[in-house]
Amino acid sequence: MINWFKYSTPRTFYPLAGSVVPWFAVGAVLTAIAGLYVGFFMAPTDAQQGEGYRIIFVHVPVSWMSMFIYVVMAFWAAVGLAFNSRLSAMMASALAPTGAMFTFLSLWTGALWGKPMWGTWWVWDARLTSELILLFLYIAFMALQSAIDDPRRADKAGAVLALVGVVNIPIIYFSVQWWNTLHQGASVSLTRAPSMATIMLVGMLLMALAAWMYTVAVALMRVRCIILEREGHAEWVGQLNEVKR
Amino acid sequence: MTDTFGLTALSAVIRRDVRLAMRRKADALTPLFFFAIVVSLFPLGIGPERDTLRQIAPGVLWVAALLASILSLNRLFEQDYADGTLEQLVLGAAPLGLLVAGKVTAHWLLSGLPLVLLAPLLALQFDLPSASLLTLAASLAIGTPVLSLIGAIGASLTVGLRGGGVLVALLVLPLYVPVLIFGAGAVSSVSAGLDGESHLSLLAAGLVLAGFFAPWATTVALRIALE
Amino acid sequence: MGWATERGETMTWNSAAEFFAMGGYAQYVWGSVGVSAIALAVELFLLRQRRQGALLQSKHELTLERKGLNESST
Repeated sequence: MINWFKYSTPRTFYPLAGSVVPWFAVGAVLTAIAGLYVGFFMAPTDAQQGEGYRIIFVHVPVSWMSMFIYVVMAFWAAVGLAFNSRLSAMMASALAPTGAMFTFLSLWTGALWGKPMWGTWWVWDARLTSELILLFLYIAFMALQSAIDDPRRADKAGAVLALVGVVNIPIIYFSVQWWNTLHQGASVSLTRAPSMATIMLVGMLLMALAAWMYTVAVALMRVRCIILEREGHAEWVGQLNEVKR
Repeated sequence: MTDTFGLTALSAVIRRDVRLAMRRKADALTPLFFFAIVVSLFPLGIGPERDTLRQIAPGVLWVAALLASILSLNRLFEQDYADGTLEQLVLGAAPLGLLVAGKVTAHWLLSGLPLVLLAPLLALQFDLPSASLLTLAASLAIGTPVLSLIGAIGASLTVGLRGGGVLVALLVLPLYVPVLIFGAGAVSSVSAGLDGESHLSLLAAGLVLAGFFAPWATTVALRIALE
Repeated sequence: MGWATERGETMTWNSAAEFFAMGGYAQYVWGSVGVSAIALAVELFLLRQRRQGALLQSKHELTLERKGLNESST
């Protein structure tokens, strides 16, 4: 029976994270290769969208991750605030840049999919607008944390912002949906993807799994950096092989 | 002297903040002038075509109100933080949430209320019909307190930090988006001949929500900033 | 926009050129895949730089502390 609480301090978590990262990294590469193979070599051509639809094998996973990461980030922020634990807060900080990156990719790949399909790079529907605001929220979180010198204040202030933001995301989505339905002439909704061929779904799920594993690996690598940055002067850090060298 | 509902403390905070602002009228008036100037920039940039102006008016006025609101946020906590009053308020006996509510009310009286009164006048530059002008005032009357409440969260998170106003803007603008959508939307729909009631009700709901949660989030942020 | 699909063979591409052309959508598909790959590479590169910086910083701090020159000691 593993005592998980043993790993809840930066000092004990550091080596654990280090040993786990390679597994997720390799897993991410393998599932990505599998997913790309399924998506680009096994999935057939779409009768209506031609080959252009293959962007979904990138677009959908990155969009899912952009939202999922924010929720996980807010979760760790809440835990950090509630239990006053440093490691949880560090985890939230470690997730933000990856979340922002995926959000940017979601917007970018979405635009590249939208242009040939709808004829326009951008449309102010509920989904795209809230994704754009999500990017702003990630950036605001990172900007706030970097503006505060004291790490504990930065942790907690960022946590409050992340939590206020997570409440705001559904509000933004519904408000824009409302606004959008009032503005007649809204473009085609891109949300419906009924009865997708199974092979396409498999490809998408594999890519989503790859994106998730990538995120875990990168976030753990980044939290290790954060631990080093904050605890750099501690003796246990001095005992690490990578520092002794 | 008992103060069961905290009303004495509340009114004391409001009176103090208003009195202090009155001594430095320029600080309170600058955002209003900014509002007026920004609103005038749009016809200059987009052209004086009447129909275009009528169409963009709700959005322009609301966005300018948002920006003017953000400019005035630094008045909320910075001065008190600098001279130590904020620390006293946080450590004091009166419930911090109440004091925050008082400061936000004072902030709204000094920056939100003038916007509500000034905006319809400026909207005349955009040839907005009178029904829309009324809706504009109503939407701002409900919306500007929400802006003050949400703004207080941003101001309290960044109190004492360098980077000042721009950082607060970055934090607060994503949170302002729903208010903008419903506020400007109310005016647009009235201009289009429809009813603005649904937008205004949602704004009012937002006000109630913000009224409950924003002071609480602000007190949490203030304690974080001052520990 | 439906997802009606053809009952095609497993290998959709008849040649490498066809694969890269992506039925005319090349710039969109490869623009997406390409930028994503670049973004991941940039993130990993920046992360590596961050790690090296942190290790270096740590070494400096520990050296100073051992020599008793750090502001936190004495």
